Amino acid sequence: MGHDGTGLTHPATAGDPRASGGGGGHGGGRRVLVIEDEANISEAIRFILRRDGWAVGVHDSGHGALDAIEAQAPALVILDVMLPGDSGFDILHSLRRQPSTAALPVILLTARGGHGARDHAREAGASLFMAKPFANADLLAAVRQLVGV
Amino acid sequence: MPKSALSGTRIRALRNARRLGQADLARLAGVSASYLNLIEHNRRRATPKVLEAIAEALQIPASALDESAGEALVQTLRAAAGRAAPGSPAETERAEELTGRFPGWAGLIAQLHARTEALERTVERLSDRMAHDPNLSASLHEIVSAATSVQSTTAILAESEDLDPQWRAVFHANVHADSIRLASAAEALVAYLDSTGEDTALAAPQEEVESWLDRQGWHVAAVEEGEGPRDWSALVGGQADLASAASRELAAGWLERAQADARALPLPALEPPLRAMFATGGGGFAPEVLARQFGVGLAQLFRRLATLPPLSGVPRFGLALCDGSGTLTLRRPVEGFQLPRFGGACPLWPLYQALVQPDRPLRATVEFAGRPPMRFVAHAVAGARDPLRFDPPFAWEAAMLLTPASALAGVESAPVVPVGTACRVCPRTTCGARREPSIITGGGAAAADGRSGSVDL
Repeated sequence: MGHDGTGLTHPATAGDPRASGGGGGHGGGRRVLVIEDEANISEAIRFILRRDGWAVGVHDSGHGALDAIEAQAPALVILDVMLPGDSGFDILHSLRRQPSTAALPVILLTARGGHGARDHAREAGASLFMAKPFANADLLAAVRQLVGV
Repeated sequence: MPKSALSGTRIRALRNARRLGQADLARLAGVSASYLNLIEHNRRRATPKVLEAIAEALQIPASALDESAGEALVQTLRAAAGRAAPGSPAETERAEELTGRFPGWAGLIAQLHARTEALERTVERLSDRMAHDPNLSASLHEIVSAATSVQSTTAILAESEDLDPQWRAVFHANVHADSIRLASAAEALVAYLDSTGEDTALAAPQEEVESWLDRQGWHVAAVEEGEGPRDWSALVGGQADLASAASRELAAGWLERAQADARALPLPALEPPLRAMFATGGGGFAPEVLARQFGVGLAQLFRRLATLPPLSGVPRFGLALCDGSGTLTLRRPVEGFQLPRFGGACPLWPLYQALVQPDRPLRATVEFAGRPPMRFVAHAVAGARDPLRFDPPFAWEAAMLLTPASALAGVESAPVVPVGTACRVCPRTTCGARREPSIITGGGAAAADGRSGSVDL
């Protein structure tokens, strides 16, 4: 078991070559940052992305999320809306205001899947909106498509 | 010619049902056949005495032929007709005929209409709760989060045959934890919905309070008693009309205010001058005089007058209160003064004119577009809800007292403001203040429009 600096415990990846996050798979070692406070959800997302060759960072709060994005410089962010501290919408607004992150692909995850939430997400500048619960395959396809692999 | 075809149509229908000839009924009722013919064809309004004789001849209670008794039903039928789908309009102009000829069916339609409206309001409130209730929102979020985790994790487990045992163990543990969390969240949600089930009652809290007050004749004797603050929970608890916690809270607030009004205007001191004002045909009714005498504001006096016990020689007053948004916060009806159950009222009510002229008392003779039209003298005033408040938010409130014109002298010659209940059920089709089309077509709309001289408030 190991840690990735997020406080989340997970098995060592050496035993599962597809979960190595190395240069294989579609991800080619590109980094995805998952900002999600539900540990089990982020664990599952991390697993399926790593298995596809993505390097995955996890941040579990709205607090410090912008700093984490700046520090990790991900190719894509998976952003939950309901977070402790700043909400996903707050973070998204800040990203779109900064020239360096204005075009950063962001997948917004929310438990509210209505038209109002979709419109709000679009207006806030989300690249894609996904309602929870989502299918792993759909999330993976969205990540690949938005990063262009 | 009577404004309403109700009595004549009904008499004819009942006579035919009894297979009585017009001459036979006329003889039994002690009137001429030609006079009865005029009544049946709504060309003459029968006097109460003649109606009584006809009712006796038909062996029905006289109240069954009372036009005003059926007017509310006719109004309800018209409102129900407003729900007709485009392209299939109901025959609104024949609502009176339906009421007269088939009172049972008309009553059933009115009941179904009321039930539909009540259910719509329930749906609306439940929608509001779904959208805005923080407890429910948090509970659903918890369930969706747990379901998301379970779905993603089980998909990994199901689709990864050669999953590393350590990962498999982690995911199994996660699924187990999330399933417990899901069950717990679902249980909590059911418990929450069960505990708040009473709030899904059909009536809105304000309606519950008004229904409760109406059942007591709008007077609660307990507010006349005691000096200090009271705990009203015992009084409002266990009342069938006050089914929701919200309505009980509103009722307790109303009682608190009514008690303060009663202390400022004690019945033993208020009754003599009030009765004296109406003793001479009501010509001396002057709320401002009473307000000065007791050192109270007009709004407080209006509230008190509208919730007094029945006093000999003093008419029953109607009262409408609204907040700064124009929303009616209390509706105390009086015969001939119809109050909208939903949505905004007539914008021409002095109540709203007062709202845009705070602290300026207004008085006007208003005529409600009913059948027959009813006149009232309206006194209205608006002011701060809490005049002693320096800090925002500043809430405004307007009050309108309605006194039946029939109880007042000298009103006949006064200019009249034609008003209605609400645009949707108002026959004044050409009214300049109209905000939506009326569902009432023809049938006296022209007669109701511009008939009276208007007055600017």
